[in-house]
Amino acid sequence: MEYFLQILINGIALGSIYGLVAIGYTMVYGIIGMINFAHGDIFMVGAFIALLAFLILVAIGVTAIPLALFLVLLIAMLLTSLYGWAVERIAYRPLRGSFRLAPLISAIGMSIVLQNYVQLAQGARVKTLPPLISGVHTVLDLGNRLVVQISNIQILIIVTTFALMTGFSWLVSSTSLGRDMRACEQDLKMAALLGVDTNRTIALTFLIGAALASVAGIMYLLYYGVIDFHIGFVAGVKAFTAAVLGGIGSLPGAMLGGLLIGLIETFWSGYFSVQYKDVAAFSILIVVLIFMPTGILGRPEVEKV
Amino acid sequence: MSAEIAEKRSVVLHALKDALIAGIVAFGLFILLLGFIADDSRGPLRPVPRPVLLATAVGIVFVGRFLISLIYYNAAALRYYLGVLWTAIATLARRYKWLLVAAMFVAAAVWIFFSPKDWQLILITVATIAVGVRFGFSAALLVFAMLFPVAFYGNPYYLGVAIIILTYVMLGWGLNIVVGLAGLLDLGYVAFYAVGAYSYALIAQHYDWSFWVCLPLAGIFAAFFGVLLGFPVLRLRGDYLAIVTLAFGEIVRIVLLNWVSFTNGPNGIGSIPRASFFGIPFNPEPNGFAATFGLEFDPTHRTVFLFYVILALALITNWVTIRLRKLPVGRAWEALREDEIACRSLGINTTNTKLTAFAIGAMFGGFAGAFFATRQGFISPDSFTFPESALILAIVVLGGMGSQIGVAVAATVMTASFELFREFEQFRLVIFGFAMVGIMVWRPRGLVSTRYPTVYLKERKTISVEHVAEGRG
Repeated sequence: MEYFLQILINGIALGSIYGLVAIGYTMVYGIIGMINFAHGDIFMVGAFIALLAFLILVAIGVTAIPLALFLVLLIAMLLTSLYGWAVERIAYRPLRGSFRLAPLISAIGMSIVLQNYVQLAQGARVKTLPPLISGVHTVLDLGNRLVVQISNIQILIIVTTFALMTGFSWLVSSTSLGRDMRACEQDLKMAALLGVDTNRTIALTFLIGAALASVAGIMYLLYYGVIDFHIGFVAGVKAFTAAVLGGIGSLPGAMLGGLLIGLIETFWSGYFSVQYKDVAAFSILIVVLIFMPTGILGRPEVEKV
Repeated sequence: MSAEIAEKRSVVLHALKDALIAGIVAFGLFILLLGFIADDSRGPLRPVPRPVLLATAVGIVFVGRFLISLIYYNAAALRYYLGVLWTAIATLARRYKWLLVAAMFVAAAVWIFFSPKDWQLILITVATIAVGVRFGFSAALLVFAMLFPVAFYGNPYYLGVAIIILTYVMLGWGLNIVVGLAGLLDLGYVAFYAVGAYSYALIAQHYDWSFWVCLPLAGIFAAFFGVLLGFPVLRLRGDYLAIVTLAFGEIVRIVLLNWVSFTNGPNGIGSIPRASFFGIPFNPEPNGFAATFGLEFDPTHRTVFLFYVILALALITNWVTIRLRKLPVGRAWEALREDEIACRSLGINTTNTKLTAFAIGAMFGGFAGAFFATRQGFISPDSFTFPESALILAIVVLGGMGSQIGVAVAATVMTASFELFREFEQFRLVIFGFAMVGIMVWRPRGLVSTRYPTVYLKERKTISVEHVAEGRG
C-alpha cells in the first residue's frame, strides 16, 4: 500500500513534466498538423539554459533559492522560446504548403542540429547539479517499514504544472490570441481569409510551446539533477506518446496523457523492471494508436478524398 | 543616377537592418549556451565565460544574414543573370552534344597526363567515360563500381570507404521500397538492419554455419520483423506511422541492449566469423584462398571480395526493385502511395500490399545487416541507433524518393562527405542537420526530381514530381 502510494506520487510528478512537454506537441499538431520532432530537443535546450542561468546567478551572488529560481524560470522561458521561434522560422515556415513529409524531415534535421549543437557547446559529459531544494514531508506513516513521502520538489513540480496549465487554458479560452489559435486549429486557410495573422499565431504557438517545455526542462533538472544533450530524444518521444494518448490537439488530453505515461512508467519500473520502462511507454504508444487512434479526449478525424 | 544610388543605399540599409535583427536574435540564442560553459573539470559546476566564441558566432550570423539579405533584395537581377547563364549552357549542351563528349575526353586526357601514370586509373577513367557516353550515367556508375577495386587495389582505405558507401546504397534502396514506392514513412529501418546483423552473428556463433547459409536466414528473420511491424501499423498513416516505426526501432534497440543473456547486451558480440570465399577462408593457411589459387597471401583479397559481395547484394536489391515495380504488387505499392482510398475502392488488398512492402524492404535491410556483421566482426546496439535510421531516410529523401539512381548518388555523396570530415565529429552532424532542412526548403523532392512512370502507353515520358504523391503514408 505504502509502496503503491509512493509510486503514485512519483508518477504524478514525472507525468507533470511529460504533460508540459506534450502541450507543445499537441498545440503544434493541432494547428499545422505536423509533428514538431525538435520539440523534445527544445526541452533539452531549456534544461541546459536553466542550468547555465542558475550557475551564473550563483556566481554573481544571487543565492536566495526562491529569487534565483524565479529568475531562472524567467530567463529560461525567455531564451528557450526564442529557440522555439527560431526553429519555426528556419525550418518550418518556408515549408508551409510543401508536401506532407517535408516538415517532418526538416524537423528531424533540426533535432539533429540542436542535439549536436548542445553537445558541441557544452560537451558530451553529463552535468550534475547538486540538489537545490531539499526537504520531504511524510504523507502517510502506518508504522510499517515504508513511509510515504512527498518531497518539496515534487510539490513544486505539481503546483507549477497546475498553475501553468490553468494559466494556459485561460489564455486559449479567453484571450484574443487564444481565439486566433483556435481559429487556426479549425481551419488555417479560412482563418487567414478572415483576417487572422496565421504566421504570427503559429510563431506564437511555437513560442509558448517552447516556454512550457523549458519549464519542464527546469523541473527535470531540479528533479533528477543530471542532464545531458541526449535527454530530449526519449523525453520527446514519451511526451508525444502522451499527446497521442490524450488525444492529439486537445490540451486537457495532453495533460492527462502526460500523467498516464508518467504513471505507467513509474509503475512499470516499480513493479517490473527499470530497463524496460521505455519499452513499456513505446508499447503503450503502439497499442493506443492501433485501438484508439484518436486518443482519450480527441475528436475522430474525418477522412476525405 | 541619384535615384539608382538611393535605391542601392536603401537596399544596403535594409540588409543591415535584417542583419541587426538576426544578430540580436543570435545573441539571445547563443548568450548562455555558447557564451558560457558549465565546467566541472575543477570540482563542482561553475560557469566559465567564452566571450570570443560568442562574439564569433554572433558575428557569423550577422554577416551571413547581411549577405543573404543583399542577395535576396537583388534577387530579381541575380535570378535573371543565372537564368541567362543556365539557358545558354543548357542550349549548348543540347545542341552540341559532341562538344560535351569531346570536353570530357579532353578533361580525361589532361587528367591522365598530369596524374601519376597508373594504367588501372587510366583504364577505369576511359572505360567509365566511354560507357557513360554510350549508355548513360547509370551504366557509367556501374562500370566505375565494377572496376573500382582494380584501380584502388593498393589502397585498402578507399576500398573500406567504398564498402561503407555501398552498404548505405543498399540500405537506401531497401528503404526506398517502403518510403519511395509504397509511401510508408519508416523511421525505424535500422531495426531490420540490426535484426539481420544479430541473426547472422548469433547463428554463426552458436551453430557455426557459413555466411552464405546465414545470409538468406538473416533476410528471412528481418522480413519476419517487417511483417511484425507491419501488422499493427496497417491502419495508421503519415506522421503516426512514422512515430510508431520510430518506437519500434527503439524497442528493438532497447531489447538488444538489455537482453544480456541472449545478445550480450551493451558489450556486443565479438569475433563474428568472417565471410569465406564459398567455403575457402581468407587466411595464409595452405587451405586458404591465396594458397588455393596459387597467389601470395594478401589481406586485401578479403576486402576486395567483400566489396564485390556488397556490390552484388546492392545490385540485386536494385534489380529486384525494378522488376517488382512492373509486377502487380509493385504497381499496387505505387497506387497505394498515390491514394489509399482510391486503392481500396478499386479492390486492391491494402493489407497485403503494405505488408509485402514492409517485408521486402526489411529483408534487404536484413541482408545488409548480415553483411555489416561479417565485415565488422563486431556488433553492438550502439551501431543501430535512431540517427542511423535518420541517415538512411535522409539518403532516400535527398536522393529523391522513388528514384534509384538518385538514392545511389545521395548515399555516395553523404557517406563520402561523412568520411571526409571525420575529424569534425559533432560539427559535421550539425551541418548534416542543416543540410536536411536546407534541401527540404530548396529542393523538397530531392536531387532527382523527375520520375519515369512504371506503366506507359507507347512512349515513355518524364513526369514532374509535382504529380507524384510520395510518402504521404
